[in-house]
Amino acid sequence: MSVIAFAKNWNGKFKNSTFELVSYTRNLASQLNTQLIVVSIGEVKEEELKSLGKYGAERIISVNDPQMNTLTSRVYAQVISKLAEIEGADTIVMSDNESGKAIAPRISVKMKAGMASAVLELPVSMNPFVVKKGVFSGKAFEHVQIDSPVKVITIAKNCFGFIENQVDVSIEEFSPNLDAALFKIQVLEEEKQTNKVNLADADIVVSAGRGMRSPDNWGVVEELADALGAATACSRPVSDEGWRGHEEHVGQTGKVIAPNLYFAAGISGAIQHVAGISRSKCIVAINTDPEAPIFGVADYGIVGDVMEVLPKLTEAVRNSK
Amino acid sequence: MKILVCISNVPDTTTKVKFKEDSTLFDDSGVQWIINPWDELALTRALELKEDAGNSVDEVSVIHVGGAQTDATLRKALAIGADKAFRIDACAADAYYVAGQIAAYLKENPFDIVFSGIESSDYNGSSVGAMIAEFMDYSGVSSVTSVNLDGDDVILYRAIPGGKQKIKAELPLVAVVQKGIAKEPRIPAMRGIMMARKKPLEVIAATEMEMLTRSVKFELPKAKGACKMIDAGHVEQLVELLKNEAKVL
Repeated sequence: MSVIAFAKNWNGKFKNSTFELVSYTRNLASQLNTQLIVVSIGEVKEEELKSLGKYGAERIISVNDPQMNTLTSRVYAQVISKLAEIEGADTIVMSDNESGKAIAPRISVKMKAGMASAVLELPVSMNPFVVKKGVFSGKAFEHVQIDSPVKVITIAKNCFGFIENQVDVSIEEFSPNLDAALFKIQVLEEEKQTNKVNLADADIVVSAGRGMRSPDNWGVVEELADALGAATACSRPVSDEGWRGHEEHVGQTGKVIAPNLYFAAGISGAIQHVAGISRSKCIVAINTDPEAPIFGVADYGIVGDVMEVLPKLTEAVRNSK
Repeated sequence: MKILVCISNVPDTTTKVKFKEDSTLFDDSGVQWIINPWDELALTRALELKEDAGNSVDEVSVIHVGGAQTDATLRKALAIGADKAFRIDACAADAYYVAGQIAAYLKENPFDIVFSGIESSDYNGSSVGAMIAEFMDYSGVSSVTSVNLDGDDVILYRAIPGGKQKIKAELPLVAVVQKGIAKEPRIPAMRGIMMARKKPLEVIAATEMEMLTRSVKFELPKAKGACKMIDAGHVEQLVELLKNEAKVL
């Protein structure tokens, strides 16, 4: 018995979500009285792997293969399942992000392991194994019991935080013998916006809605985001109108996010929008209409015109530094 | 070429969620049911690919796991333009079960491309598409925001943190799609609604499968405390509160 945590890297680097995953699984393994094995796939330098020791990763198995630098879900699932079999792991955990969503379901099928996704805290009970997850896009929670001997879960961002627990790290290399025929997808190009804070990872998000009145008014949103080191986002009508790209749409059918601080500027707060932001730690609403539903879910509110309030706020943030 | 779109039947996104029987069951009284928004976009894109004369798509069908009460949703998919609808007659217990049922059908009736929405807006499992790919031993691409055909290859864009990747994939393939895949969902026209009545909606018996998970109970989120209002003339107070009270700055 052991717990496997799949630590995804991005160009050889780990992120806060990886540290949260290691903290979570370290705690889970202790509660299950079993060993934690952290698995890394793709080229990652030893120093970077060792950084996971700060959060309690004693044993790391690294598949340091450049062929696997790009996510191919079929290949990653095969590697992790193989390791789980060799190590007799019965609980496999990964972050609920684009790679976890692609790999975990495949492992579930491969190992006939029941799966729960976007789990919000440590299991509610270990025996039977019951976890709590969000359903109806944040409008409710469900307790799901996994009955199979092997269990696969993905954990939601900001569900646990990271807890320092420095340990000595042992690193083992693993070379799976994979069938080349598995690599049936080929990445032709990659485009990245390097100057912008990535919405899914952002600790602070400045989001704006139709209350901005025109796409030409977005300068004040970007300035506040810049002052805060925040990512920008928008409501659905704004992305539907083409004022902003759909990758910025936050809400039930767009991105569901959980930053520490979320600014909703000129967003009325439709139920579908709230579903996408309800796990934010702190919500600030700015709206001309004091009756706007967004104030019902916000922690702090300002009644006023976004075009006047946002520049003042930017100035206040800059002055406070 | 044949495209199969997986359809989930979900409560309208404006639904106020309630539970019954000691919070163990979703209370569906008064609920309006719709095609899961991402599945609707996937169907729209599949139809666009079929209509493009440069492609050789000769069938776009939809598949769904559910009881007879979900037929209205499948008729809507037919009205939007799907050629055939298949309903596997079973309760959609969990993602593993749904994917297993669809895979069992696919093994007997192969399709070249399977589209699945990134998640369903009810149980948010985000896993049916990737599970079908694994059951079928197909390639899969997830977080897909664009799909085009190039002969027997598929060219897709996949969202990655802060950007996107252009990917070439071989058939057969499962594409798990998200927003961006089609501009907006197609609305059925009167002619489509009339034609949908004559299109085949085939009901298929479920395959025997073991259950791996079960739902224990539901909870509603706790009510949030009152919103603290700050005067628009004193926004510096907000910055102060975010720093010292909420401790998020």
